Amino acid sequence: MLALLFLAGLVPGAFAQAPPGAPPVNGEQLYMENCAECHGPEGDAVPDVDLGHGRFRRATTDPELIGIVLRGIPNTAMPPSNFSEAQAAAIVRFLRDKASRAALTAGSVENGRVIFQGKGNCTSCHRVNGVGARLGPDLSEVGRLRHSTDIERAIVDPDFIIVPSNRFIRLVTRDGAAVTGRLLNQDAFTVQLLDSKEQLRSIARSDLRELTFIDKSPMPSYRDKLSRQELTDLVSFLVSLQSGGTQ
Amino acid sequence: MSARPKGVRPHFLHVAASATHQKRGLTPFLVLLLISAAASPQAQVSFERLVRAAQEPHNWLSYSGGYFSQRHSELTQVTPDNVKNLESAWLYQLNSREPTSTRFEVTPVVVDGIMYIVQPPNDIIALDAVTGRPYWMYAYNPSPQARPCCGRLNRGVAIHQDRLFMGTIDGHLIAVDAKTGKLLWDKTVVRPEAGYAFASAPLVIKDKVIMGPAGGEYGIRGFLAAFDVATGNEAWRFNLIPGPGEAGFETWQGDAWKTGGGSIWLTGSYDPELNLTYWGVGNPGPDWNGDNREGDNLYSNSVVALDADTGKLKWHFQFSPHDEFDYDAVQIPVLADSTWQGQPRKLMYFANRNGYFYVLDRATGKFLAGTPFVQVNWASGLDANGRPIRIAGKAPSAPPGTLIFPGNQGGTNWYSPSYSPRTGLFYIPTWANYSSLYVRDKVEYVEGRRFAGGGARPPVPGIRAGAFSWSKPEEGYGAVRAIDPQTGALKWEYKMSDLTWAGILTTATNVLFSGGNEGYFYALDARTGQLLWKTQLGSGIRSGPMTYSVNGRQHVSVAAGSALFTFKLRE
Repeated sequence: MLALLFLAGLVPGAFAQAPPGAPPVNGEQLYMENCAECHGPEGDAVPDVDLGHGRFRRATTDPELIGIVLRGIPNTAMPPSNFSEAQAAAIVRFLRDKASRAALTAGSVENGRVIFQGKGNCTSCHRVNGVGARLGPDLSEVGRLRHSTDIERAIVDPDFIIVPSNRFIRLVTRDGAAVTGRLLNQDAFTVQLLDSKEQLRSIARSDLRELTFIDKSPMPSYRDKLSRQELTDLVSFLVSLQSGGTQ
Repeated sequence: MSARPKGVRPHFLHVAASATHQKRGLTPFLVLLLISAAASPQAQVSFERLVRAAQEPHNWLSYSGGYFSQRHSELTQVTPDNVKNLESAWLYQLNSREPTSTRFEVTPVVVDGIMYIVQPPNDIIALDAVTGRPYWMYAYNPSPQARPCCGRLNRGVAIHQDRLFMGTIDGHLIAVDAKTGKLLWDKTVVRPEAGYAFASAPLVIKDKVIMGPAGGEYGIRGFLAAFDVATGNEAWRFNLIPGPGEAGFETWQGDAWKTGGGSIWLTGSYDPELNLTYWGVGNPGPDWNGDNREGDNLYSNSVVALDADTGKLKWHFQFSPHDEFDYDAVQIPVLADSTWQGQPRKLMYFANRNGYFYVLDRATGKFLAGTPFVQVNWASGLDANGRPIRIAGKAPSAPPGTLIFPGNQGGTNWYSPSYSPRTGLFYIPTWANYSSLYVRDKVEYVEGRRFAGGGARPPVPGIRAGAFSWSKPEEGYGAVRAIDPQTGALKWEYKMSDLTWAGILTTATNVLFSGGNEGYFYALDARTGQLLWKTQLGSGIRSGPMTYSVNGRQHVSVAAGSALFTFKLRE
């Protein structure tokens, strides 16, 4: 469906309207060359700002965003630029498109919710709005944080990309006890993790005999476990999880 | 509890006594000089004092602690045995009008108990070095046109007599009165709207203050210039990107020299005997696409040796000709009077962002040796003249790019190394096992816009996020690496889990101070790398530590997060 929309030209492209005879202005290219150094390739490197998902600190409308791109924000790290208005608009349009793609859905959210809680057994590892386990990533806002295509791929091929913040480790302490869990943080002296019993643990490296990164995702592939329609419904449900509402 | 020397005089005698065992020991005359310096507090900082900075180790008179830029102190009160008794003396929290400016990269200057720091972006503050209480602040309002590439930051001031000098992010060089913070003069040197900015501490030599602009990601045309300390008038200028009629112009294609980069964002060094000043020069523009700048692109990614009186080039050495990896040679040129192959020689040690550690003859610029101190995959080695032997295909490319070691921040970067004449070792803040995917793209020059021609990304997206680290050692880690400069061999390594932006300080008692992104500030045994002491500062350290002494008590200071931390031994 998404692909069809693209083919039909229904999804606004990243290319802005250019004056006749001028080359098209590529908002993505301008963004990657001029903005990604600070904002990151995905637009989420500055705290409380996620440009690729429509999360801004000081603007809501397109003209406001274009104004910030052109004039910067005085007394902050956001500098003014020498973009033309068309170029600034192209950057804003690229970011808007990125955000809207992330929210596209095609299946039944309700059916997806039933699969998530039932057949998929997803809550044995994942938590949504306060329900489910904490060991896997909390999915309460996954629709805002990930593109639908990335969500689908994570379900059928969980090993394809494991985001570093979701890495699992296995520790063996000096007394021989094995601890498995999600790595929360580490430094030269200590390791912090959420263990398989959902306990926050901080362990000195000097107390460890072994520390191993678990390269394979603990999540099974659902490629052969769900039908195509079930998969679409599940993705639609996950994409609908935007607000991270509290329980 | 404490075995500290009592009072000022015994302490200085202690310094002098210990220094007699060193290669550059103190004469009885200098011991007298030290005592007389202590007896006349708050004397003006003459050029002669700057030349002899190592002989008044209670002060820290310039960014790197002395003209040789060794970031090494002759103070001896803190030792490997008692460093575990360091405790907080005071800390100074930034009170910036720019709460989003968190890059606090200053190295303080300390003169006779007064500390001078710069609060981001450009406020000079004078503090009581004993208590941390401010005497005065000079608040500077940069133009809204300022667009520094990499943070609204400043790395420190320079001092001459009673004047402090600071470059600003909007391209001014200013002088203020060191006693009052009153503005003495303010010169507009470069145009911020074209991407020029000043980030580094200037260098005072004789009656001139020397500096150059940053802006290598904006297609600037870099230069070094000297300004009269009294008036701010420009005395000389050396174009780091030569124009028509200047030597080196032939290393540029067409009009590429006009936007050739060659920025300065770190303080240079100086040899008073040779009267040469040495500066590391930044990348050519555009950074990651060299298609329109065929040639070696002098003097990008070089160290230049200039006559301090005239600005005339004595020699240059280019580390990374025709660079497409953003391998600025903006590191500290460290000077050492040592031996080379058995003969006394005036040397320069240079740990370069490109992954190689170099030894040069600083009188002539002759290449003596170069060895990789991290994994390097863009060159197979250096030829007899020190020129890298490039490996075909190792260049930025279309997305997803080409994997290059070291990655875009380099094997090291602006964070200061240290050389200890005591151990004879050179200490490098190192990014080990670190790589980037380099992407080439088209770019057109528009004044004031980034002029980069591509970019570099981590091979694992989202690998680091400020206070958090989830990386595996094979994805890169920070380290202090101790190199024997005579051989380039690694003597020891102190590994961190996360990377480091912290400089290194060594002292005459073989204590080494450094830190890293994990927020630890720590002391190592400079001989072995053994951890002696650590404390958690709560934020990554992005500055070089320094040390000073007041009233006979040695202090160690370092900026981290948005505070300056100062330690001394428990009383």
